[in-house]
Amino acid sequence: MAGPSLMDSFFQRSLDDLIKGIRLCLPGGEAAFIAKSVDEIRREIKSTDSQTKATALQKLTYLHSLHWVDMSWAAFPAVELSSSSVHSHKRLALLSASLSFNPTTDVILLLTHQLRKDFSSSNPHDVSLALSTLSSISTLDLSRDLTPELFILLNSSKNFVKKKAIAAILRVFEQYPEAVRVCFKRIVENLESSDMGVLSAAVGLFCELTVREPRSYLPLAPEFYKILLDSRNNWVLIKVLKIFAKLAPLEPRLAKRIVEPICEHLRRTGSKSLAFECVNTIVTSLSEHEPAVKLAIMKIQEFLLENDPNLKYLGLQALAVVAAKHSWAVLENKEVVIKSLDDVDVNIKLESLQLVMAMVSEDNLAEICKVLISYALKSEPEFCNEILGSILSTCSRNFYEVIVDFDWYVSLLGEMSRIPHCQKGDDIETQLIDIGMRVKDVRLELVHVARGLLIDPALLGNPFIHNVLSAAAWLSGEYVEFSRNLLELMESLLQPRTCLLPSPIRAVYIQSAFKVLTFGVYSFLSTGDDASYPSELTDFVLKEDFQESSETVTSAPISGADLSNGLNPRSSHPSAGNGEDPVIAHEQTSSASSKKQQLTQKSVMDLVNLVEVNLGPLAGSHEVEIQERASNILGMIGMIKPRIHSSMDESEGDRIKRELRASGMMKLMFDAFSEELGPVSVSAQERVPIPEGLVLKESLSDIEAICDHIKLPISSSFSLVRSHSLNNATTIHEHPSKEEYEPSSESTSLLAEHRKRHGIYYLSSENKVMISDDYPPALELKDQAIDEAEDLVKLTKQSLDLRKKRNQAKPRPVVVKLDDGEGAHIVVKKPQLKDDLISGAVREVLLGNEAASSSSNKAIKKREKNELNIDRPESNITMTSTVASEPGNASSRHKLRISGKEKKRSSSGKEKKEHDHKHNQKSDRIHAKHKSRQRADGTLNVAAQSPVIPDFLL
Amino acid sequence: MIHFVLLISRQGKVRLTKWYSPYSQKERTKVIRELSGMILSRGPKLCNFVEWRGYKVVYKRYASLYFCMCIDQDDNELEVLEIIHHFVEILDRYFGSVCELDLIFNFHKAYYILDEILIAGELQESSKKTVARLIAAQDSLVEQAKEQASTISNMIAQATK
Repeated sequence: MAGPSLMDSFFQRSLDDLIKGIRLCLPGGEAAFIAKSVDEIRREIKSTDSQTKATALQKLTYLHSLHWVDMSWAAFPAVELSSSSVHSHKRLALLSASLSFNPTTDVILLLTHQLRKDFSSSNPHDVSLALSTLSSISTLDLSRDLTPELFILLNSSKNFVKKKAIAAILRVFEQYPEAVRVCFKRIVENLESSDMGVLSAAVGLFCELTVREPRSYLPLAPEFYKILLDSRNNWVLIKVLKIFAKLAPLEPRLAKRIVEPICEHLRRTGSKSLAFECVNTIVTSLSEHEPAVKLAIMKIQEFLLENDPNLKYLGLQALAVVAAKHSWAVLENKEVVIKSLDDVDVNIKLESLQLVMAMVSEDNLAEICKVLISYALKSEPEFCNEILGSILSTCSRNFYEVIVDFDWYVSLLGEMSRIPHCQKGDDIETQLIDIGMRVKDVRLELVHVARGLLIDPALLGNPFIHNVLSAAAWLSGEYVEFSRNLLELMESLLQPRTCLLPSPIRAVYIQSAFKVLTFGVYSFLSTGDDASYPSELTDFVLKEDFQESSETVTSAPISGADLSNGLNPRSSHPSAGNGEDPVIAHEQTSSASSKKQQLTQKSVMDLVNLVEVNLGPLAGSHEVEIQERASNILGMIGMIKPRIHSSMDESEGDRIKRELRASGMMKLMFDAFSEELGPVSVSAQERVPIPEGLVLKESLSDIEAICDHIKLPISSSFSLVRSHSLNNATTIHEHPSKEEYEPSSESTSLLAEHRKRHGIYYLSSENKVMISDDYPPALELKDQAIDEAEDLVKLTKQSLDLRKKRNQAKPRPVVVKLDDGEGAHIVVKKPQLKDDLISGAVREVLLGNEAASSSSNKAIKKREKNELNIDRPESNITMTSTVASEPGNASSRHKLRISGKEKKRSSSGKEKKEHDHKHNQKSDRIHAKHKSRQRADGTLNVAAQSPVIPDFLL
Repeated sequence: MIHFVLLISRQGKVRLTKWYSPYSQKERTKVIRELSGMILSRGPKLCNFVEWRGYKVVYKRYASLYFCMCIDQDDNELEVLEIIHHFVEILDRYFGSVCELDLIFNFHKAYYILDEILIAGELQESSKKTVARLIAAQDSLVEQAKEQASTISNMIAQATK
């Protein structure tokens, strides 16, 4: 490769040439041109001529910042050029460094020396350039090495250098919190600077720091307060207001002091940005001060009525903040808010939607939903779904708290899913099923709504509401006793267009058809001949047909669990004797005519035939879920059909035998399906006592030896017949629950094996894992239910009873809630290490604790405190600790707050006590000193006991 | 705090980017793609703010250029609009009724000016006059250097090095 020649220097393309070249490129040719230019640059940048090098670097920087060309390879030339004595070259080099360097750039360390030199340059422009660069590329090393120079610059006589140093130091603090110890005092001093630039930079810096960790900066409140009163510069005031917005919630007395000046600014100012900031501060941090809030809301109203969309948007936003505590504010502006739903701007629409939802109460819910749905119908898809989403989330909030009339809500859900743009199928599905399980009284209406959805073939073509259909199918299967017309329901479940459904949902359809069929046939059989068969025979039949029923039972919870998103499978709640009772009751509720219709032999035959014809082809489906369920139904039909068919022409003995078999089996099947599903608490399992003799701590590794010889039936079977034979061979005489144990014990042993091998990767507490592995499945056939399951039933009953008691007073239907914080989220706050370090250092500087090494420690050392006092004698500082909370005549609320604080802070008690003690002595002394100045209204003691703020403010 | 400044033309071409928070190159291109899609599609007469990934982006269109700044949730949108306007006025004063081409061919100068206005994502100079004076002073330094460098003797000295 030829080195750069003189010719290169003379005929080098300038930046202008490069840009023109790119602009002249034909579409598509740009990349090639850029690649060619980069090749040129690679050559040129090696030139010994600094002008050539600089131009090359400039071109590369251009390509990097606007065409994303990689320039990490050119980091060294940039460093090289940064030492140029020619200012323009230095400027270019540092520009390219600040645009392209990142913390992984290795040559960044080579820049340290140059920056240090520039910091002490006599040319202020060099200094300023270096500061800008440092602020963009600061790393830990750079920050640490340059802190001493920055410290000097903080005292520069040139204000424009000083202000840049202050601004840049934020980045240094972030990288190297130790710098706070060195530089902090000098920065604090600048809060009293008379130069607007310097002051603005200092306030800006504190604003950034305060946002991250407000508490540390409380001691600086007097300085900020002074700026708030004296400054007339809007930029500075906005920042100070931001600082106070963070500080005020920490110290109620501070809020009292600042409220008036802020209102004053709000009244006085003509600047919209300042006014908005005042409003913001009031609504977020001073919402307890009624007059201020009123003033702020007046201002918000002004904003809302202006034509400026910006002000309208911000006004709505501010209103949303107020709404949490002062809902009247929203109601007062109801008209504007609702009109804004029709705004041209989506952002404004969203804000107003949020506000509308904030206005919702029990009384106006239906009205608001009506308005919203009408807006949803005429909106574009995106916003339409926003509306639907917020209706859904508002209505379901806190277990449907706002809903009184569930019939209305359920039909609203149905209506919503029919809105053409609706994409909220998932949410509607969840809520339909959830309501079905929680609210008994609404099931009739639910089934009615579900029917409406199922019989409409058009809906099957809309993939967005497939989930809703799945819920509808499940509901009409689960609560089939409320259906008026079984044949119609079955037809809609098996209609040809169901092939458009994805297979898991289709499986739900088929499972529901199964339930409907079971219900139909069973009611026919049980009313046809009022069963009076001998009990031994029934038992025989029971045993004989056990396989089928266990089969269905095992498959039922699968679909149930799929649907209900984690709600547990059936609890074996209705006890043995009264299995039929609910049916009879339900039958009575449905109209007499439909009952007759259901029960004629012909209609049952129609039902059976319908199912058989439609599901026949599906037994060969490639989808296991579908195939399995279809086969289940077909198998059952195979057994019951002869009975219904030949009820007339058959010999007496055969007839009875078949009849018994069939109706016994149907009863079992029916019982299995009629067990009620209910919501189960997330902690239900934990409350079940561990069965006696179950040793959880014991290693399970030897279980493999026990299980080894047992051939496991793998995931039930694909057809009824096969499962029969398989089970016959293995476990037919076993306890039924054994069957369900095995897969889990196998996986347990595998798990144990895995744990043995990779033990170190497991969590040490094995308790919970074991419980969930070994606990007998929640689902049991009630005849064979073992003790543990009964315990569970008891538990469920208990909690049900509790719930009933609680809800008795309410006029609306009972909504089943679990009493132990269902769905509660535990938010773990991640501490931000760097910020912690900064604020820790700040506290140490401000509160003068040398000894404390961790940021959560707060204490006072007399010596340093005095120093601070000497620094600013005019501000009458009494430094006191935040953590002190001895009883005094501080307001009780304040005390509460403080003790809450203490809880949060889990620092060591001993240390704290010690410090508190020290602090008390000290503040007593200070008291004596300042007594004459303090007001007589009792703040004196307050200041002594639990203050954070120097008494200048209080 | 301002996290980044973007200048995007109406056609979606990027004219200036300045990042005050760490973003990798990959993220940067993604951010620009996302935001230009969001902002350019917004009509006139709408509000100048968009919510984006938990941040707020304040933008304003001047002629064919969109000036965008990304800020934190609790920052003041109106203030940022004023900063944008401040920046535009200074550019206007410096270039003499600035147009997109000025910024294209003098991209580095646009950066220098921005650096005088913002540092570490904070407004540092609210006086237009001061910024203009500082930029002029720096330019004169450059001019001096150029005069020196372009003397023939200097070039010969360079060439024969």
